[in-house]
This record gives sequence, structure tokens and C-alpha cells, in this order.
Amino acid sequence: MAGVTTAKKDHASHGMGMHTEQLRGRTQQRFFDLSEDHERLSYPDAFDVDFNKRGEIDCAKLDPKDINIRLREMMKQGFGTIVLKNPGAKHSVGVGILNRLNLIVEGSLGYFAVGLLDGPNVRIKGRVGWACGENMLAGTIVIEKNAGSQFGAALRGGDLVCKGSVGARTGIDQKGGTILIGGSTGAFSGFMMQRGRMVVCGDAGKNLGDSMYDGIIYLGGKAQSLGVDAVPAEMTALDKDWLTRKLKMYDMLPAKGIGHFQKIVAGKQLWNYDNLEPTEKKLVL
Amino acid sequence: MCGIAGLIHRGRVGDVGREMTDMLQALKHRGPDSTGFALYGKPGGNDFVMRFKVAEQDDLKTGFKIHDEIKERKATVDKRLKELGVKVADAEPATEYAFRYRIQYDGDLKKVADYIEDIDGAEILSLGHALELVKDLGDSTTVSKQYGLGRIKGTHGIGHTRMATESDVDIRSAHPYWAYPYNDIAVVHNGQITNYWLMRRQMERLGHRFMSNCDSELLAVYVAHHLEQGAKLEDTLRESIKEIDGVFTYLVTTKDAIGMAKDSMAAKPMVLYESDDMVCLASEEVAIRAVLPQEIDTWDPYDEEVRVWRA
Repeated sequence: MAGVTTAKKDHASHGMGMHTEQLRGRTQQRFFDLSEDHERLSYPDAFDVDFNKRGEIDCAKLDPKDINIRLREMMKQGFGTIVLKNPGAKHSVGVGILNRLNLIVEGSLGYFAVGLLDGPNVRIKGRVGWACGENMLAGTIVIEKNAGSQFGAALRGGDLVCKGSVGARTGIDQKGGTILIGGSTGAFSGFMMQRGRMVVCGDAGKNLGDSMYDGIIYLGGKAQSLGVDAVPAEMTALDKDWLTRKLKMYDMLPAKGIGHFQKIVAGKQLWNYDNLEPTEKKLVL
Repeated sequence: MCGIAGLIHRGRVGDVGREMTDMLQALKHRGPDSTGFALYGKPGGNDFVMRFKVAEQDDLKTGFKIHDEIKERKATVDKRLKELGVKVADAEPATEYAFRYRIQYDGDLKKVADYIEDIDGAEILSLGHALELVKDLGDSTTVSKQYGLGRIKGTHGIGHTRMATESDVDIRSAHPYWAYPYNDIAVVHNGQITNYWLMRRQMERLGHRFMSNCDSELLAVYVAHHLEQGAKLEDTLRESIKEIDGVFTYLVTTKDAIGMAKDSMAAKPMVLYESDDMVCLASEEVAIRAVLPQEIDTWDPYDEEVRVWRA
């Protein structure tokens, strides 16, 4: 277990409100901390690109695999700004990009669009299908129109923004980062959310935040119902500042401000928040 | 996982055969086992269109005898139609085992359906003034070419690409399902119905027939039953969400409308596009793009959402 550090001290992430739990015991979890910068990993498939070097891919006659191979070839050649034309709502386009990149999609993408990212800035001028931005570690994804279900599933970092409305189970299993939605979201949004923030400017479907462990949901409209263990909380000055700043950043601040937003957090009554690992729990039982 | 799609031209006739072929081909990856179409041409007076089969495609592999049996079954169908006083105005063989008849009849259609389906291997795929229901093994392009669907013009249609999970790979278990014995009603479904046997027994006790063990057939029977009782399509779809358990999205067509219902978990996908002239809906946007490549606005309907569009 060499090299594994435990999270015993206070972290910058606590102060920033990204999560509140204090994990102890034999956890291998490591939280974002400024002192950990020197330990950051570099990926074998990350390319050094120049934002001023711009190229295009016409996706009309390419299948998703060919589009992704072409993207990789261009990044290898140093292209830092790539425009995808005629994407035709194809699936799994732009996945697994692990370096800086300006990716502009002139149209709509299908399922699993731009998942598994670590670093790029993506702008999608159309709509996306299910599970956009799944498992993103860092970067930004901005969608101009609507999005399908499982938007930002298991998101770990970065900003995932949809200016329109999204489907059901938004941010299911969210583990970090920020999801911003200009319109409404469907049922079971924030299901089993573990960390990070979700902002919904419109309404939410039933069971918002069901079984959430931690994290924060800010809701501008009404929720059809709150899920099990999701409870309202007081909006602090820190919440208001952060929310205003974040919405302004993406030109999504409502004309009437953020006074009407409510904050939803985990009630932490559903699960045993003790310090025992599952194996230890078995021994106790 | 299966793929479903539908489109409706509002106030006009379009190339529904070609359009549905393209949409379903784009959904081939969701279900390569079989493809089915329910297309609604312009109603042609009082004549009925009857699509039926007298064998499965796979039966052809069972030996030389099957070819003679198919001829015998077809002859029996013709004989029984004559007995009932049904006039066959036009007869087209679509394949060796599937046929399209244009018939004239003013009696009880259920009696016709029951008498024909009493013949070994025979199944009526559809019966109606406007409905043309075709389903067979293979992808959309293959089935469409085999049955000449590209030339069909009409107001609306639905279709299905099937990945068999609950029942066999055969025409009997392929979608769409005709809502026997009611004219011009068909259903396609993506999902699983978990109280299928319970609901099926209820429907059977009410006298309804099932031709397969496919859970999707239940939806057709259920819808037909409620419409027969005088319920409106929209109310029937809403009621189905309460009574039928499972994860599903399904489409129903009548001679002038398409209806959509989504389960309470919103677990099965659907993407919608709606304009003044056209409504297009599919499991994935890639199917809508097959007929509308230009930039359009689409969205996902939410849980328990029911919609009905008229031609």
C-alpha cells in the first residue's frame, strides 16, 4: 500500500463546501488538496496542443470510432482547437480526451457524448443524448440546447452546463464537479449524489436527491418531491456568492437574481455514518 | 434493448415508407433480430387491407414439405374467406409465406380473424382501412426491400427494431402488434413488463387472445380492450402507466393518431421533435436525424408522460 495517504487533515475542499464528510479508517480516498499538486499524474495519451492551431472534422460520413481516431490524430499533431461539423447525433463522440483542447461541436451528439474527459473545454451547439459528460474529471462542457437522461452520471470534476432542459437521473452518483441546468430536470436527479454541486434553474421531477450521501443541490423552481434523506438547508452567504458567480460565468444568471433558489442537502439519516469499513462492520455484527 | 420510432405528417401525406425505413435502419444497433413497420396509407374507401402470414421465415429451413404446406394453408385461407362471404379485391404475395389482401366485407371482423387464425401457422398481422403492418427477421433495409415498403405513402407510422430478450426470434414475437380484432390499431414497445402474466391472465379471462409470449403483445391487447370499452386513447395510455408494471416506453397508432406513454421510472429513452407539419420520435436522436438532418430542437419526455398527436 505504498504511496497511499489517508485523509486525516482538513482539506481545501472542505472549506470550499465540495463535501463535508471526514473519512477515516482504512480509506484510500484522497481529496483535492493544494499540497497534492506535485503528485498529479500525467497520462500517456495526453497531447501537448496549441489553441491557436485550428482544424475541422466533417463527421457526416464517419462512424464514431473514426471520428475519435481522427480527433486523436489531430491532437497528436498539436491542434488545440477542433471543430466537429455534421455530427448527426452520433454516439460516443469525443470520449477519453485527457489534455487541454477547445472542442466545438456544430450540431448535436448522441449517447455518451464527451465522457471520461480530463481537461478539455467543449462547446456543443445542439443537443446531447443520454449520459453526456459521464465520469468527467476536469474541464468544461457547455451544451446550448437540451440534454437526455443520466446527464453527468458519476461526474467527478469540472463544469457540465446545459442551457436547456435535461432528462431523468441527472447527476446520478455524482462524485464532484458542478452540473448547471438552465431549464428543468427529470425524476431521480441527484440520486446517490456523493459530492459536488448541482444547480437547476427550473423545476425538478420526483425524488430529487434521493439517497444522496453528500453534496449540494440548488433549485430555482419547484421539485415534484424530495427523495429519501434529501432535506432543505439554509442558503448561506457563501452559497449565494458561489451561485451568483457560477451562473454569471455561463451567462445563466436569472434576471430576478438567485433569491428564489433553495438548497437541498443530505439529511444523513439513511446510512450509518460511522467509521467502520464494510469488512469491519461484518466483524462487529 | 430494442428501438422504437414513429412519425406523423400533420395535414398531409408523406413518404412514410421510406422515412420509417431510414429511421429504423439508424436504430439497427438497438435490435438486429427483427424489424417491423405499421404504416398508415390514405384510407381507401370501405376496403380493408389484411396482412397475414401462414408460416415463419425459419420454417422454410425445416424441409421440402413446408413449401407444399404453405400452399395448402394459403388455399385454406382463400377457401375460408369465401365461406364467410369475404370478397378478395386484390391479392399480393409479399413473400412465400406472407400476403397482402385488399378485401371487401361488412360483417364481423373478429369472426374473420378467428377463422383464419384457426388454420395451423396462420396469423393475421393487421386488418384495417389504412394500416399496413409488416414485420420480419432482419434489419430495416432488408425487410423494407423484401416487402416493397419504400413506395408506401401515408400520414403516419411507427416501427420497431427488436433485440429478443423475453421470447423467441420469430415473426410472431416481432413488433408492431396489431390490436386484434380492432381496425387500424398497432403498438410498438421498448422495455420489460414485470406483471405480464398477471395482466395477461386478466385479459384472457375477458376473452382476449394472445399469439405469442412476448410481453409487448399485452400492451396491444390492453389498449384494444380499453378502446373497445369506449375509453379515449389518451386516457388509456395514462391508465396503462398505473396498471402495468415495469420499465417501458411505447407507441400506439390509430388510423389518425400516434400516442406515446412512458413509465414512472423514465427508464427507457425517447426523443421528440415537434413542428407544425411533423412530429418525429425515436429511442435515439440519430433516428430523427435520418429524416431531418438539419439543425432542430429535440427533447426527452419525462416520467409518466403521455402525449397524443393527430395527423
